[in-house]
Amino acid sequence: MSADPAAHGVTPTGAVADSALGRVFAGYTIFATAWLVFATFVGLVVAYKFGAPDFWSSQPWLTFGRLRPIHTNDTFYGFASIALVGLAYYVAARSCRTRLYSTGLAWIGLALFNLAALAGTVALAAGDNAGDLEYREWPWPIRLIFAAGAVVTAINLLATVARRNTHDIYLSNWYTMGGALFVIVIATVGILPWYQYGLGQVAVSGYFMHNSVGMWFTPMTLGIFYYALPKLLSRPIYSYALGVLAFWTNLLFYPIIGAHHFLFSPLPWWLQTTAIVFSVAMLVPVWGGSANFALTARGRLGDVAQSYPLAFIMVGVLGYFVGSTQGTFEAFRSLQAVWHFTNFTVGHSHLTMYGFVTFGIWGGVYALLPLATGKYPSRLGMGAHFWLAVVGSFIYVISLSIGGTVQGLDWVHGKPFIQSVVDMNPYYVWRGVGGILMFLSHLVFAWNVWRMTWGRSAARLPLAPALAEGAAP
Amino acid sequence: MNKLVAIAGGSLAIYIVLALMMGVIPGWQLSQTPPGPGVKPLTPLQAEGREVYVANGCSYCHTQQVRPLPQDQVFGRPSAPGDFAYQTPELLGSERTGPDLTDVGVRRGSDVWQYIHLYNPRAVEPASIMPSFPFLFEIVDRAPPGVAPAPIPKAYAPAHGVVIPTRRAQALVAYLLSLKQPPQPAQQTAAGAPSATPTPAAAGTARTPVAGAPLARGKQLFETNCAACHQSNGRGLPGAFPALAGNAVANAADATEHIHIVLFGLQGKTIDGVKYASPMPAWGAQFDDRQIADLINYERSAWGNHGAPVTAAEVAKVRAAGNGK
Repeated sequence: MSADPAAHGVTPTGAVADSALGRVFAGYTIFATAWLVFATFVGLVVAYKFGAPDFWSSQPWLTFGRLRPIHTNDTFYGFASIALVGLAYYVAARSCRTRLYSTGLAWIGLALFNLAALAGTVALAAGDNAGDLEYREWPWPIRLIFAAGAVVTAINLLATVARRNTHDIYLSNWYTMGGALFVIVIATVGILPWYQYGLGQVAVSGYFMHNSVGMWFTPMTLGIFYYALPKLLSRPIYSYALGVLAFWTNLLFYPIIGAHHFLFSPLPWWLQTTAIVFSVAMLVPVWGGSANFALTARGRLGDVAQSYPLAFIMVGVLGYFVGSTQGTFEAFRSLQAVWHFTNFTVGHSHLTMYGFVTFGIWGGVYALLPLATGKYPSRLGMGAHFWLAVVGSFIYVISLSIGGTVQGLDWVHGKPFIQSVVDMNPYYVWRGVGGILMFLSHLVFAWNVWRMTWGRSAARLPLAPALAEGAAP
Repeated sequence: MNKLVAIAGGSLAIYIVLALMMGVIPGWQLSQTPPGPGVKPLTPLQAEGREVYVANGCSYCHTQQVRPLPQDQVFGRPSAPGDFAYQTPELLGSERTGPDLTDVGVRRGSDVWQYIHLYNPRAVEPASIMPSFPFLFEIVDRAPPGVAPAPIPKAYAPAHGVVIPTRRAQALVAYLLSLKQPPQPAQQTAAGAPSATPTPAAAGTARTPVAGAPLARGKQLFETNCAACHQSNGRGLPGAFPALAGNAVANAADATEHIHIVLFGLQGKTIDGVKYASPMPAWGAQFDDRQIADLINYERSAWGNHGAPVTAAEVAKVRAAGNGK
């Protein structure tokens, strides 16, 4: 809890040593990695079941309908949430040139997130599903535990920023503080029952499933980009003002577009149309943000070949740009008429949650965790992780995007439904191939995390100059 | 400090307003949607079955919302706001890895079919990728009195004993069979939805787009509505659903009985020495005379059948005569 600057040592990289902060960051990353490996193993089993529907069907807790929400919730709330909070703590303390307000609160938050994910996994396996409502399948008391973790996180982030030794609040913290505050509102709206009956709950589902992604994972990941990218490139963000504009426009437009998940449903037509209009407006923050990151790296794209952390982040930026733009187009009624309910949506959700958020997390961890622990992963380890994940997710997204289109056109052409199932089979196989590569990359990531924390550090990386202090505040 | 208040407090305040506008207030208003005509709450057994449906994640592959789009007409009329009055949690779903179930109680109205399908979907639909749910059944040496074992085809049945549904399976099937859209006056889709969006034929009965040659239309109707039990190859499932290939009624010179069965359904009939317990649903309310004639003509000419063709006028005559036995 002390903020005595004299206690700070200086590492060879120029980063101020803060071993308590390093332990928090490492602890969050380790648990997040464990959840990633578990949740994506479950994902692999789920993918396998598409080709072998009788596989593991004799036990209820091993069936598709139970494992699928375990996969989604644990990647969301076990892996991504925990990893992003760990990163946000590090970014907050470093960009504010101060210490974390409370390591105790940080550990309590980690315990709450883990408890929620563990209890949620057990509940879903036991068939205690709150209603098959996407991303809020955990029974509400368990979601309350997660919300408590979010409250602790928001307090800790805000209090850390409040004791900053910089004049301004660096942009990253706008996004991460925002995300931590918004997710409390999202969780609360999702839990309270009084306005969630019948069709009313459909409206809330549209709000919830959309906002839990775009007002939690998106701002948190963008916050990491705004810190890690300038840090890796040793140059400031291209336009601070553009980042501010993207922050406010994302806040104003994004919450309005949830109903685009229910186009052609009995929800009021005006609600659907409003969602479509603002889905187009989302191009402002998405293209603004993406351009800002791309321009920050202007003339330095060659460095991507030298630095895997940078490569991960640039893939994340690309995932953000392509995935979010795709989201806008999917919201058009003409395209939604074909793609809605198909596997195209599954491809889209992996392009965004994986291509954008997960690559962003990895880039952030590789860029920043070594600064916090003084330990490095090997270049080979990061390379293996990168290429397995890039190739795997590419196969995954492309196969489901093509397959989903075929599926949707089968329906449009009035073929018997089973034809769309038969036509999907080869694409399910390719999805599985992509999924295997992705899962293998996660095992390599776990090995790299081990080396950055408890294990033996690899030699420092050649991009030393770019890692010097002073680029980002 | 002021900057922190402006950024964090300001964005939070804006977000709360937007969350109320786009989540809570629409939710609150739409929660008051009254049930549509004919929309009824579930019985206790059906409600229990709905819980089995939720616990096992059925909605991850099956939607329960019919869009006002031509390709959704096979699943029923477009869903109306009043259809969901008793549906909490909502099960509209987001993926159709399997077909929509809004009206499955009509399309797959046989409990026998539902049990076989749940025990192993491939027993009735070889290309299905739906998981089997053996844990919803018990295998016993002999069914207790009053319980009908599910007539699982040999290739999928256990080597010994008979398969009987558990309470959970009975509840789930009761729920699935309750999924029937009450007929609704036209123009009751999403509030404000342009009426130009395609809706089923004005009669409110046509379930399948009418296109192509009569036999092709008949085949499509058969595949969508009949093949689940009688199978695409017309051979049915021995002991569960009678074969239509080589069937005496389908090959008779006089088609009256054939028309009557399709229009009004059938139950407890013995065919070739086998008594079929599963009722054949009545399709008269779902299809018009033209469609029934197309369907019957397909059945009377496919799989080596050679029954005399029928006309829509003949169907109309049998329909007018009513279900007198």
